[in-house]
Amino acid sequence: MTVELDPTPAFTAFAHPERLVSTEWLATHLGTPGLVVVESDEDVLLYETGHIEGAVKIDWHTDLNDPVTRDYLDGAGFSKLLGSKGIERDSTVVIYGDKTNWWAAYALWVFTLFGHSDVRLLDGGRAKWEAEGRPYTTVTTVSATVDYPIVERDDVTERAFRDDVLAHLGSPLIDVRSPEEYVGDRTSAPAYPEEGALRSGHIPTAQNVPWARAVAEDGTFRPRAELEQIYFDGAGLHPDDEVIAYCRIGERSSHTWFALTHLLGLPNVRNYDGSWTEWGSLVRVPIVKGAEPGVLAH
Amino acid sequence: MTDPRLPEALEQIREDFLALEQRDRLQLLLEFSNELPALPERYADHPDLLERVVECQSPVFLFVEVDDARIVHVFVTAPKESPTTRGFGSILVQGLYGLDVDAVLAVPQDYPLEIGLTEAVSPLRIRGMMALLGRIQRQVREKSAV
Repeated sequence: MTVELDPTPAFTAFAHPERLVSTEWLATHLGTPGLVVVESDEDVLLYETGHIEGAVKIDWHTDLNDPVTRDYLDGAGFSKLLGSKGIERDSTVVIYGDKTNWWAAYALWVFTLFGHSDVRLLDGGRAKWEAEGRPYTTVTTVSATVDYPIVERDDVTERAFRDDVLAHLGSPLIDVRSPEEYVGDRTSAPAYPEEGALRSGHIPTAQNVPWARAVAEDGTFRPRAELEQIYFDGAGLHPDDEVIAYCRIGERSSHTWFALTHLLGLPNVRNYDGSWTEWGSLVRVPIVKGAEPGVLAH
Repeated sequence: MTDPRLPEALEQIREDFLALEQRDRLQLLLEFSNELPALPERYADHPDLLERVVECQSPVFLFVEVDDARIVHVFVTAPKESPTTRGFGSILVQGLYGLDVDAVLAVPQDYPLEIGLTEAVSPLRIRGMMALLGRIQRQVREKSAV
């Protein structure tokens, strides 16, 4: 059962306006049968300090990642997780979170790997909800467990592995990390922990478009015309390009994957979740340092 | 099992966490987070005096004082949007309270790995707490040097 779409005019210019809801829409649709609201944050305790009424928590580390292998949970694990959160295969899921939905977009991308069809992002995330003075509760949502089918994860359509990136070299790559990381001055985001890449720099020919450029001051996505300016005019992408986006562990690039796929409608955008923590430690893969994208060595 | 290297308060905190189920450990961390004391006025008005812990995912600042009796005073602040980081800070502020220089420097650097939070918050996040402890100890070393 799909909950009605948000008719907000600002969304209609986007390629897939059905992927966004506004804070106003969510406020008036809370409690609608078939709607499940999910909070996904960088901070593992933020949900406990207050969340949108009825929202369930899904954590990127402790829920979505496999605890042993560097991978996401498998079909059985996803089925168990979503069932325990009261999410059915045909539920409308709206995800929101801190840090301008950085982690919410990551969760949305993982939902997409499992082909959950109706999953939307709350435009502006927690920050906008709070800025508008909308209420939170500290009452943890207790969901009745439901059946979510075991679905095999699709690791081909929206996800890229290192060999895919090597095969893709020469086609558009977007590096969404900070300029400092792109240039090679550091291997982790400013003010973020070191995550163990042995080399710094970027993948040759990758254009640097820090992920947050896609959002405006209030945390909502920029209008389509501005996004086109940033990604088409600025980074040289074309509307029908096949693109791979990467960052450090695949979270920030999920946000850009969302913008390119659902807002600009590029047909084939993949997120390289191995990202710099993998590429920067691989033996003999090409790396470029400095502010220029660089060229492929033959 | 007690760890003889640990000051009493840190040992008690460790035992309290380990006695809980994973889910309840988060709740206890939230309680610590809520208990993080506000900065004294002399720092609240001078954020420039505080050292930023860049290894933490969220902005967290700390300041250490060593008084004439070589007792260490630790001050930590982090925004309310970063309750996990506040919780880490609060554990250290409470656990190191009233200790002298030698006792603070004797705390094992891997204490954050021993309190049963690694699984509850993830290994990546617990590194932020190790960085916080490391920086506190470094400031203590600097400020207690003659």
